[in-house]
Amino acid sequence: MIRPIVEWLEHRTGIETAVKNFLYEEIPASAGWRQVLGSVAIFCFLVQAFTGILLAFNYAPTPGEAYNSLKYIVTEVAGGRLIRGLHHWGASMMMVVVMLHLAQVFLWGAYKKPRETTWMAGVALLLVTFGYGLTGYLLPWDNRAYWATVVATQIAANSPGIGHYLSRLLGGEGAIGVVTFARFFALHVMILPPLTALLIGVHVYLVRKHGVTPEAGDTAPKKKFYPEQVFRDTIGIFVAFVILFLMAALVETPLGKLADPTDTSFIPRPEWYFLWLFQLLKFFEGPLEVVGSHILPGLAVLALLATPFIDRGALRRVRQRTLAGGVLGLAVLGLASLTAAAIATTPKTQETAAETGGPRDWQQLSPEELAGIGYFRKENCASCHAAGEGGAGIGPDLTGTAIRKSAAWMIQHFKSPQRMMPGTSMPPIQLSDAQLNSLAAFLLKLDPRNAKALYSAPQYAVEGAMVYQQNGCAACHQVNGAGMKIGPSLNGLAQRRSREWVEGHFADPRKLSPGSLMPPYRFTPRELERITSYLLAL
Amino acid sequence: MTGPAEPSRRSFHTTVIYGLWTLIAGALSLPAAIYLLVPPRARKEGQWVEAGDVAQLPLRSPEEVVFRRNRVDGWKITSEKATAWVVKLSEKDVVAFAPQCTHLGCAYHWDARHGNFLCPCHNSVFSIEGKVLAGPAPRPLDRYQAKLADGKLLLGPVGEAQS
Repeated sequence: MIRPIVEWLEHRTGIETAVKNFLYEEIPASAGWRQVLGSVAIFCFLVQAFTGILLAFNYAPTPGEAYNSLKYIVTEVAGGRLIRGLHHWGASMMMVVVMLHLAQVFLWGAYKKPRETTWMAGVALLLVTFGYGLTGYLLPWDNRAYWATVVATQIAANSPGIGHYLSRLLGGEGAIGVVTFARFFALHVMILPPLTALLIGVHVYLVRKHGVTPEAGDTAPKKKFYPEQVFRDTIGIFVAFVILFLMAALVETPLGKLADPTDTSFIPRPEWYFLWLFQLLKFFEGPLEVVGSHILPGLAVLALLATPFIDRGALRRVRQRTLAGGVLGLAVLGLASLTAAAIATTPKTQETAAETGGPRDWQQLSPEELAGIGYFRKENCASCHAAGEGGAGIGPDLTGTAIRKSAAWMIQHFKSPQRMMPGTSMPPIQLSDAQLNSLAAFLLKLDPRNAKALYSAPQYAVEGAMVYQQNGCAACHQVNGAGMKIGPSLNGLAQRRSREWVEGHFADPRKLSPGSLMPPYRFTPRELERITSYLLAL
Repeated sequence: MTGPAEPSRRSFHTTVIYGLWTLIAGALSLPAAIYLLVPPRARKEGQWVEAGDVAQLPLRSPEEVVFRRNRVDGWKITSEKATAWVVKLSEKDVVAFAPQCTHLGCAYHWDARHGNFLCPCHNSVFSIEGKVLAGPAPRPLDRYQAKLADGKLLLGPVGEAQS
């Protein structure tokens, strides 16, 4: 059945011959496990392309939507967390594999004549891989993405001579925004992938043209690529894939908070593969900065490209290449110590110190905070924000907000979300200043342990607290330690007074408490019922 | 090159190659299929939306009612304008038809002259009760779940009419 189709295709396209030529390519007898890294690198690229396309099916590349759509992918789309994990950890894996491949080729001297151009295409592929990293981790539009982009565009802008044009090209002139985002996205998905495919094509073509580099002194008869070497490649690829899959499935892929240019508590750090460059910049200040940001990295790339022209001796056994081994060892040591220094100097994030010691349930909240729950419910905040359990996940989880934001920030944010959080899809909240204060007061007390008060606080108490707050009762009375002490504290009122007494007292305080300073309050029957019930529950 | 052990060694290699590549392809394509084909976890939508006062609505005279509702749209909840063709069949029985023709989704309208709903795209005709009278429509008009509370019409999600 299949045979006639294959023959038909072979006759029209020559595909079978082409595949056979590819598989039965002759390779040196000394080829072995060390040659699998190139194939693993190509496999990594294919996994990145595949998962990247899948992500693009549910992703909106604009600052306003990127974060929310990515959150949607990881929290709501079936299998989305795994696909994103594969793409995220796949990027790191590709970086590792490409560097190992480069180190192996360097150590064995496989770049020597006539393979100089193969090596140079490989160096270009290394740079492209870094390019993916840089343009890729902007795309989640979380804090790390934002600051990495700020720093990267600033470095580009400081390039001697062409900085201004580079900055304009990256859309980073002025502020980081929709244009920058579009350009980085276009680079990541439209420029780099075809460029990578082209470079891989050139690279593999050159490998085939010159043949796999034999070990020095290998005079044994050649062997076929298939099946023995393909077997080794497959094992190498499979091991890499299993590691990648386990990481994607088991390790949580980081997604920080929505990018917030005003958040000064965030400590920007690049991905691990840029940490050495990040650390290098610290050593050069003022006019010398360009040395760390451009000259040294530029020289390193030049040195890599020039390697085949510097080391032009005859091919030697790897054990005899002590100088090359020394150079590689020094390079690894340098990069590793820069990276280690960068990690060591990164302060621990504040988020572990989340012990705010807030109250545990609604009865311990002040009336103002409890009224905040009322506004939280009234404005349907939970339809977008998670707060502990329950609530949707479009907006950030609010249980950690208190650690990072002030009341003033929150109130500005309620009034004009776009101004404080560019790109957010949150609508402005239409409440009075006093009501917004109350909402902010509650959110400042919210932590993961007391978040259940949001759902458990009975509606009568919440409404009662809103009446209490709207009438400024706290100007004279204390509840749970909040408010003034002109009048008596209202905690434990139920032990002292009956419902009738409290209701009658609101209507005419002086009748029941002669000499009282409290003015009479004209509540609607519902308001009276709610505030009385609330106070009696304290 | 070709010792006696060679054929079995070769078949071991090819078996491993095919086996592992099948595993890799499966481990990538299965999550991809789930990712693309399984519907996302549903978020709670607003249950009932008030669509207006129907006390003044004349009997058996369809009216297009415009209201706002929240719709879950991927990663967003959009507040959007929606319409329903509301018919008071009797004082107790008010139905709200979804405004799309059940054929290919065009917006139909009430043809007062003939007393039925007419879809301008492919000429499907529906009775005032939503039944198909003519044209290619495969089923009666879809209806919103509807209930009356204090003379106000409340609309829920759209479902297929039970015919």
